[in-house]
Amino acid sequence: MNWGQAIADAVALGSLYGLVAVGIGLVFGVMRLINFAYGELITAGGYVLAYTNSWPPALAIAACIAAVISLALLQERVAFRPLRRMGASPATMLVATFAVSFLLQAIYLIAFGSRGQIVSTLGRLNTAFTVRGVDIRWIVVVTVVTGGVLLAATAALLNRTSIGLHIRAAATDFRTARILGVRANRVIGFSFIMAGFLAAAVSVLYTVSSPLVQPQMGVPITIFALIGVVVGGLDRLWSAALGGFAVGFVYGMSGDLLSSQSSVYLPSVVYGLVIVVLLVRPAGLFAPLRARAVERV
Amino acid sequence: MRRSVELLGPVLLLVATAAVAGGLSKTQQLEFENALVMAVIVIALYVFVGNSGVISFGHLSFAAVGGYLSGLLTIDPQTKSFTMPGLFPFLEHTHIAVVPSLALAAAAGGVYALLVGLPLMRLSGLPAGIATLAVLGITDNVLYYWGKVGPAAQTLSDIPEVGRWTLAASGVIACACAFAYQRSRFGRQLRATREDAAAARASGIDVYRQRLLAFTLSGALAGLAGGLYVHQLGLITPDQFYLDLTFLTLAMLVVGGVGSLWGAVVGALSISALNSFLGDAENTVHVGFRLTLPNGTRLVTIGAVMALVLILRPSGLTGGREFSLPRRRA
Repeated sequence: MNWGQAIADAVALGSLYGLVAVGIGLVFGVMRLINFAYGELITAGGYVLAYTNSWPPALAIAACIAAVISLALLQERVAFRPLRRMGASPATMLVATFAVSFLLQAIYLIAFGSRGQIVSTLGRLNTAFTVRGVDIRWIVVVTVVTGGVLLAATAALLNRTSIGLHIRAAATDFRTARILGVRANRVIGFSFIMAGFLAAAVSVLYTVSSPLVQPQMGVPITIFALIGVVVGGLDRLWSAALGGFAVGFVYGMSGDLLSSQSSVYLPSVVYGLVIVVLLVRPAGLFAPLRARAVERV
Repeated sequence: MRRSVELLGPVLLLVATAAVAGGLSKTQQLEFENALVMAVIVIALYVFVGNSGVISFGHLSFAAVGGYLSGLLTIDPQTKSFTMPGLFPFLEHTHIAVVPSLALAAAAGGVYALLVGLPLMRLSGLPAGIATLAVLGITDNVLYYWGKVGPAAQTLSDIPEVGRWTLAASGVIACACAFAYQRSRFGRQLRATREDAAAARASGIDVYRQRLLAFTLSGALAGLAGGLYVHQLGLITPDQFYLDLTFLTLAMLVVGGVGSLWGAVVGALSISALNSFLGDAENTVHVGFRLTLPNGTRLVTIGAVMALVLILRPSGLTGGREFSLPRRRA
């Protein structure tokens, strides 16, 4: 077994889950809402890419980004905004996101069939180059670089722009921020746009290594990223990103290194670790030492 | 005693479901029976989630343990040694009737929930939700691969089936337990922690202990529900008790109204009814005229209806209130 290669692949998977975790964390920060329909945004991006295989890659990626951001805004407008207006309880909001996720999957199933569509837009990135006997696929490099750049860009946007300031204010205390003149719909809309953009990036990168797009593709991605977010710590983006990275990395390493015989119970071991981490550090692995757990849903 | 009318609504609805099922075709009967099983699962979920306000994604673990135990123990030992040669001797050689096996399923679900709850009930909020999800992941993973405790990745199909009256009776028992619990001082204490954990703690309520009690009771009901599910289908299949059913039953609870027993029963039965009506409509039904829906509409409509109900009535169909008779004006 080649350790170097396994690590390279796992780092790429970790970067992807880190991005998903930031997307989920952004919306959670502002709205205190875990969006279970986030994975369906990634699936939507995958379908756009699958139907634009013949287009020039740049155009296909632009279409993917536009479609995913529109769908993210649509989710917010049609489902989550009315609920927020009516002051729905966190449990209701959470189940509403299940319902949206379920609905989108059903629509994908009718519109695109259950057998799946193949994406080949950036298939060339699957070719490898060799460094000291380790085969590294280009997509690994592209994923890690893109992931790093997008995380840095998100951080810069949040820390250096006025809309970023508003988002951070809303994430700290939504009501006070509103009283001080932060416009709720604008801040929430903008965080959905950012989250949608990240989801589109994940669709582009993810479909290079796993080109088959199926209606339920987004479900495991959401769940693993969500576990990562909570294990890492929900309150700050970088801890959520690290948590997502950790889960993706562990998942990638274990898939590569263990034979199928011994790895069947590996999910149990991983879930067991998740439970232990949560019991020892309910606020998250990377949260400040004395932080308290988030007391919402 | 006046308030016990609240129990009447859910009980009558369950009994009516079983009674109506009697006059229907075999397929529709199965759908009605399935609705009864869903109702028991959702009642189990309600006992913990509704009273504590803490969300649990893990209750189907307890249902799975109850279902596997109850299913395996009611199969003839000779068949078992043939189809599942690797079983633990206890599971392989024991053979009991369905009703005692259901009691055992409830006991097993309760014990498992107690063991899980001992460490986990210290958590609240999202960490609690994710930790229970992890428990479900472990349970599903082990049942899927470990041949000593069940059919592993195969489907087991010779489980004796139960009739609709056993299902309805179990539903009534579950209702009675849930009602008795929420009216007891323990239930009231837990509801107080749901409204304001800090104030409840200040009034001397031990949040951890109350949550653990509700979790155990609700685990026992989930174990019973799991047993019923297996006997209603006559099947144990891999991933039967996993994410799909978890999300569906949680959605039923919230659509009905998370804060009341009446909501749990109404939510489970109405979503089941919609599901089976649309399933029939995909193969043509008569509703004054012939209605044929294209394949796949069922899932889309259910998703859309669930989302719509939540948007229009965020506190569920019942608004989280218990059943009450229309009041006469004084």
